[in-house]
Amino acid sequence: MPDATGPDQIFQRALTNGEIMLPRCDDCGAYHFFPRVLCPHCHGTAISWHPASGKGRVHTTTVVRQKPERGGDYNVCVVELEEGVRMMSRVEGIAPGDIVIDMAVTAFVGGAEGQPAVLFKPAEV
Amino acid sequence: MTTKLRGKSAIVGTGHAGFGEAHGLTAYDVMAQSALAALGDAGLKLSDVDGLFCTMMEDSMPALMAAEYLGIQPRFIDGTMTGGSSFVNYLTSATMALEAGLCDVALIVYGSNQRTASGRLVTASRPPAYEAPYNPRYPISAYAMAAARHMHEFGTTREQLADVAVAARAWAQHNPEAFERGPLSRADVLGARMVGDPLTVRDCCLVTDGGGAIVMVRADRARDFPKAPVYVLGSAAESSHRQISQMKDFTVTAARESGARAFAAAGVSPSDIQAVELYDAFTINTILFLEDLGFCAKGEGGAFVEGGRIAPGGVLPVNTNGGGLSCVHPGMYGIFTVIEAARQIRGDAPGIQLRDVDLALAHGNGGVLSSQVTAILGSQNTL
Ligand SMILES: [Zn+2]
Repeated sequence: MPDATGPDQIFQRALTNGEIMLPRCDDCGAYHFFPRVLCPHCHGTAISWHPASGKGRVHTTTVVRQKPERGGDYNVCVVELEEGVRMMSRVEGIAPGDIVIDMAVTAFVGGAEGQPAVLFKPAEV
Repeated sequence: MTTKLRGKSAIVGTGHAGFGEAHGLTAYDVMAQSALAALGDAGLKLSDVDGLFCTMMEDSMPALMAAEYLGIQPRFIDGTMTGGSSFVNYLTSATMALEAGLCDVALIVYGSNQRTASGRLVTASRPPAYEAPYNPRYPISAYAMAAARHMHEFGTTREQLADVAVAARAWAQHNPEAFERGPLSRADVLGARMVGDPLTVRDCCLVTDGGGAIVMVRADRARDFPKAPVYVLGSAAESSHRQISQMKDFTVTAARESGARAFAAAGVSPSDIQAVELYDAFTINTILFLEDLGFCAKGEGGAFVEGGRIAPGGVLPVNTNGGGLSCVHPGMYGIFTVIEAARQIRGDAPGIQLRDVDLALAHGNGGVLSSQVTAILGSQNTL
């Protein structure tokens, strides 16, 4: 396979290798997510990639209600990472209704819809 | 600080079709029936239309499809797609096009058969790439997360959210055009099936068929039509994001900016507005927009709507037709905020007609709280 060159490719390739990499702007130093060819804060184009700390907090959350025969209820949330970026995800290892705003969570690479994806579990105290 | 577009255009016709269930009709059929109704209201014909402002949930070039269907060859077209706010946004572009002489009769039109076609909300857009793997249910999950955050930060309660739906139903019960007119209590809303915590199915808009249309002309000839003209005094837009995960503050929408600029353009303030028509796709919308448009302070929207304060006989008439929650919601509701505001000013509202309305507000929302467009409409007295 050729090397990943585009921002989306770099992010997805890292996930495939079990790593969560985040783009950060060399000019203003701010992280952003989703990956793109420019910094949405200062519009600089020098972007470098850094491993995520994996530490985050649930910014907001909902339970998608679904009949058990169709797979049952599941969580959808937006997590704010320590690096200051937010991403949609879900918290696993806890009942969807028990996930609350501001809960500390830890990222891991899991699977969603048959592809590698960033998921979260409750942080160990 | 009013703008040079203040009062330069007027709505001289409104129409709708296919409310509820439009059996056997396509979305374009409903669109065309709505266009004919609005043109009939204005005493005009399709052949008079030379400006078309349209988007639909079907196709990638819906405005072209609509022009072809209608058998017209418009010399000005705007098919900008910002979701349900598009049709409020067209008030601005239609006013600009009319004022610049780029067209003389502007037709804003929409139609949908989503209820009879599929029975659920139809969306032409794919889920965003970085959200899709988590299977959010669009658009409910996005609004549910906004509601959860509002409850967390301000102590807004599910009871207050429910009261938005109860108020909408109370208005709808007087409106023969409304789809849902049965009784609805706070307990009914709270006890309904939960679809995306904290929202039950009664916190969510209807899924209906329906279409709407508006005919606009320059103000200098607006008094030559059968109905009293309704002038566009100010309209303004602001967009903040596309994906809900990118919304900077889940409790503040860009309606704060669109509203402030629309009020400034019209030279009026929230306390002057006699009828407020908001895009209430979900109960949280009404609370957010009342706050962001300046009818109450941020965080006080829950208390503002509680216990019938926006219902008939309350302190502020909000969504006087029953809104998207109880009147009609065919995929995109924005055009109906303008139609109801215009009819309240003309004095021919289908449900409760408020007394002597000179100033009304229509507010459109698109995407997932993404695009906000506010318009202030006024009677002849406000020029
Ligand atoms: Zn930067």
